[in-house]
Amino acid sequence: MTNSSSSKKHGPGQPEESGPTLKLQRIKMSKPEEAEKKNLNKKLKDVEISIPIVYGNVAFWLGKKASEYQSHKWTVYVRGATNEDLGVVIKRAVFQLHSSFNNPTRAVESPPFELSESGWGEFEIAITLYFHADVCDKPLNLYHHLKLYPEDESGSMSTKKPVVVESYDEIVFPEPSDSFLARVQNHPAVTLPRLPVGFTLPPPVPIEDTSKRKRGDTKDHPLAQWFMNFSEADELLQLAAARQQVQAHIAKLKRQISLIDGQQQQLRSTSDP
Amino acid sequence: MDAKDILGIPKTQLPTTQEKKSRPQKEPQRKPDGISREVYALTGGLAPLMPSIDVSQLKKRPPSDEKVRVVNGVPPTGDYSFAKYNKSVDVVKYTDEEYEKYLTDPMWTKEETDQLFELCERFDLRFIVIADRFPSSRTVEELKDRYYGVSRAILIARAPSPTDVSGHPLVKDPYNVSQEVERKRALSMVLSQTKHQERKDAEVLAEAKRITDSRMASRAAEEPEMPVASHVGSESADRAVVLGDTVSPSSNIQLPSATVVPSTSIIADSASTLASLRMLRVYLRTYALEQMVQAASSSAGLRTIKRVEQALQELGVNLKPKVPTKAVCAEHLELRKEILTLLNLQKQLQYKEAEGSSYRDGSYIDMPGTPKRSQRAGDQDRTFVPESINFGGERVGKRDQKRKGPGRLSEAPSSPAHKRPRKKASDL
Repeated sequence: MTNSSSSKKHGPGQPEESGPTLKLQRIKMSKPEEAEKKNLNKKLKDVEISIPIVYGNVAFWLGKKASEYQSHKWTVYVRGATNEDLGVVIKRAVFQLHSSFNNPTRAVESPPFELSESGWGEFEIAITLYFHADVCDKPLNLYHHLKLYPEDESGSMSTKKPVVVESYDEIVFPEPSDSFLARVQNHPAVTLPRLPVGFTLPPPVPIEDTSKRKRGDTKDHPLAQWFMNFSEADELLQLAAARQQVQAHIAKLKRQISLIDGQQQQLRSTSDP
Repeated sequence: MDAKDILGIPKTQLPTTQEKKSRPQKEPQRKPDGISREVYALTGGLAPLMPSIDVSQLKKRPPSDEKVRVVNGVPPTGDYSFAKYNKSVDVVKYTDEEYEKYLTDPMWTKEETDQLFELCERFDLRFIVIADRFPSSRTVEELKDRYYGVSRAILIARAPSPTDVSGHPLVKDPYNVSQEVERKRALSMVLSQTKHQERKDAEVLAEAKRITDSRMASRAAEEPEMPVASHVGSESADRAVVLGDTVSPSSNIQLPSATVVPSTSIIADSASTLASLRMLRVYLRTYALEQMVQAASSSAGLRTIKRVEQALQELGVNLKPKVPTKAVCAEHLELRKEILTLLNLQKQLQYKEAEGSSYRDGSYIDMPGTPKRSQRAGDQDRTFVPESINFGGERVGKRDQKRKGPGRLSEAPSSPAHKRPRKKASDL
């Protein structure tokens, strides 16, 4: 991420000037191919990469083993919405816990990006996602309110059934670099729109030997049985139906308005002062 | 009336004020309660202005050079118990020689300077009092200037070497007349600002802040990288604040607290929102939706926005999509825009109806308990809309009913003059 730190100008705090050279360095291109790459970059403006994710927590009540300060065991995580490996995009996830925890800043360097702890309190956890250098040099923040206790207060807490709260969202990269694009073009965790006609990407360069790497996906995760399902189909249907209704209403109103307009026209013309 | 008595000015009997004047004249004759008439007459028929001091008690007064607190016009008697709290200021005393050597000033005579210093001593450097007592009219700043100037000069003159006193506050930070005058002027200006002016200033400042923020953001978006360390540093500070307050920001902030996302109050356009999103290089879909929604509703007031949300709820749509994919967000945005259009059309319709009613007899729409509703187009706006956005369909029939011809009262059983939740099918 700091690959051009040596060429950074010394300034007060934030460097304010960014020359074109620094930008190109970010995308790791060699100079002779600058012009060509610039063309590619221009085209890339219409292509956005989105990563559907789900983040949240699963919390188990410890039941008999619960103590005053350790009543629940919980895990906060960020996973791919379809449980694919997010390591292709995310380099590191930092979970910022409540200050009452030891070392409240917990960094997770490899997928699955999760953190388990035990405690009694609910609080907001800030999750900062750091991406690989060719993806994005700016981190992204998520906020999740840790939930341990069930919604209905009378609800009995069970050690078998956890409290689960998850949120669906999508990480969007509006102008991905072509190297990023090339690398992830066929990865299941990544959503790519259809590429414009005639647009060819260089073949993906395998970065790591996948067999050596630990599996970063969450398909067989121990908590997977509790993961929620997010289907856009239901919501799309709902929205479509709503839109239809509203559109019908609008049409009706338009008719009524024109009707009144007509009537008023008539009245005006018939009533002479 | 009493004042004239005190001053001994004869009362002039003006015919118009005669009635009023006769009353105070009566007062000495009227007997006050509490003391007998004769005793009251001894005092001359008027209550004394000040309690009189017993001569014998004068002997017991505290020494005259001691400053005492006079309460209600009565100096303290006996030993002055607060004497121990008397503080005094060490006012410089210069000799005539010293005056000639160091302290002469074209603006000030020796006499005046001496007077000033005497007053300073007497009144413990209470310059406002001193200014009041000063024989020739001088402003507080002028007096202060002279006093501090003289004190400073004497201090320096008497010091064995300049370095000894260089640490003294008088020497280090001399009294700056012009600065003081300016400062007080500015203060009084701020104090006398009208509310209107205050609001204007606040607006201007807010606008300036927005402009600088957006400039900073665009600069930040342009530069390729910031040191990661500073990122983490500022973000952990950010997080600490967030956790400390246990307040969750409703929108997802991607940049550290140092830089601010371009505010949509400036970028009202959807297109420019898109452009600003692109500049972010990475963002969350929910955040993008929020920004677009804001941009789309930028022209709408708070009430309208609330109505849009009500409508969404009626339609069974989540205010914030549970599965915010690209398609879902797009649909959601379009739906919101359509609802806005719908609301605008409704308003239009109502205005037209109100207009129309002026061509006919008064009670076009006569609801029990809400006389002349048709005249109050604005109120209609408020009360009419909620019920009309009932997508269950039952109410629509009722609405049509109202539109039939002049003078016909609709059978509305309950007045929608107040906002109600939408479960009204049973009301019909």
